[in-house]
Amino acid sequence: MIQLKQLSKTYGNKHKQTVALSDIDVTIDRGEIFGIIGHSGAGKSTLLRSINLLERPTTGEVWIGDTNLTALSEVELQGQRRKIGMIFQHFNLLSSATIFDNIAFPLRLVRTPKAEIEEKVSKLLKLVGLEEHRNKYPSQLSGGQKQRVGIARALANDPEVLLCDEATSALDPQTTQSILRLLLDINKQFGITIVLITHEMHVIQTICDTVAVIHDGRIVEQGPVTEVFLKPQHAVTREFIREENESAELLDRIIASLPSNDHTEVVKINFLGTSTYQPILSEVVQETGVSFAILQGTIATMKDIPYGQLIVRFEGNKEAIAKTCEMLRAHVHELEVIG
Amino acid sequence: MILLSTGFDFSKIYWSEIWTATWDTLRMLLFSGLFTFIIGLPIGILLFMTARGNSIWSQMLYRVISFVVNILRSVPFVILMISIIPLTKLIVGVSIGVLGSIPPLVLAAAPFFARLVETSLREVDRGVIEAAEAMGATKGQIVGKVLLPESMPSLIAGITITIVTLVSYTAMSGLIGGGGLGDLAIRYGYQRYEIEVMVVAVILMIVIVQLIQVLGDRLVHRFSRK
Repeated sequence: MIQLKQLSKTYGNKHKQTVALSDIDVTIDRGEIFGIIGHSGAGKSTLLRSINLLERPTTGEVWIGDTNLTALSEVELQGQRRKIGMIFQHFNLLSSATIFDNIAFPLRLVRTPKAEIEEKVSKLLKLVGLEEHRNKYPSQLSGGQKQRVGIARALANDPEVLLCDEATSALDPQTTQSILRLLLDINKQFGITIVLITHEMHVIQTICDTVAVIHDGRIVEQGPVTEVFLKPQHAVTREFIREENESAELLDRIIASLPSNDHTEVVKINFLGTSTYQPILSEVVQETGVSFAILQGTIATMKDIPYGQLIVRFEGNKEAIAKTCEMLRAHVHELEVIG
Repeated sequence: MILLSTGFDFSKIYWSEIWTATWDTLRMLLFSGLFTFIIGLPIGILLFMTARGNSIWSQMLYRVISFVVNILRSVPFVILMISIIPLTKLIVGVSIGVLGSIPPLVLAAAPFFARLVETSLREVDRGVIEAAEAMGATKGQIVGKVLLPESMPSLIAGITITIVTLVSYTAMSGLIGGGGLGDLAIRYGYQRYEIEVMVVAVILMIVIVQLIQVLGDRLVHRFSRK
């Protein structure tokens, strides 16, 4: 659906150059929710704005479907942009227009007949749950409501792609969840491809299918969220996950404080999918006669895929522990011996 | 009442002349205000748009317009008015009276208003413009559907300031026989020591300025949504 080929962006002149993006190659499939995560200044905003050419890349191509956006004229590009919705961290609504007129804005740009505007905007107001606010002005709404208006406006032209620029960063945790749920609904209901940027791992974890980690203008890691989340390769990715799971440091201290010998082994077990809810660990230790203590654990879902991660300390004879690990490996997603 | 008790003799005043002068002033304000708006607004928009543009042409255009605007704004009105008399004759056929005073008034006020417009447009949230661009709005649509509605209160305040400035300019146009209240005040009060006429004329100008300001403030309030 979306392909970014060898994208790079540099600012400045001959004497002083700042590289914002380099060697970006990304393919985003139709209908998926693609998350880009990075610290501020990593280039994620520039990357997102390259997709609809609000920022023109210095080199490289942007393809949406069969259209090479980078090769279009100004007028053709304006036509293509109408098929790409965008929402913003600070909502960017017209303060001088009512909620109704804000949502009708993109329709009026293409001279949609009045009756059609009325019908469409009413439908969108219902979709985002703001029917009773249609004649209010943005300043009368809360942040979450403003973002709903932003979403309705972005959907007015039936776009194939929705770009979200830190759409939940200015919202409180509860409102964030409700906006994320709305985005997920829209993705499922209309099959719209969503590209979002964020600096919060939980946003990625809640709604994304695929994630790309951007650092210093480069994509350092990308793949399915489950893969990246359970097996982070790059230091920056680990850092993002660690922020979510602050107890990692604590774990190091716990492990160090416990005696380590031939009769003990600390392992990290990753569960993924329905096996997360099976009594695998319990069945295996019953068979091998090893006893265990759970040092740390998480059971949660990524989007709708269950996953679990347990740090377990086994006690028993060496062979039995080895057997336990071997048997577990056959049933769980992954098992890693830590110490 | 204070004035009455200070020994002014208002019976000497030719009231018909006062009303004619008031009417002249109002006509000068109306027409010069109208043309200042018609000419200043597009120049202000052009200043804003060219300053934002990335191309070399746009940057050059900005510098040229900005330079001309600065020149017109730095020449004192009296000098500007006298030096463009030939141009005034060319445009309106005469160089005196209400008609003759309108070209210099517009030439002085339009660049001033253009700068106010530019400043107003700069205050429009950058993000809202970006959102419109992302929705595929053309430059014309950005101006008409985003910049102007979003800056409406600020633009109205700018028009108010410009018209109030024009009130004092019209007084100076008395020097080239422009007519109006300011002219009357100078001719009778300053040159003939008929203080009463000057006092009445000045009071009427104060009233006009007050009315313009009150009206402007109300409109600003009505269009404010923030």
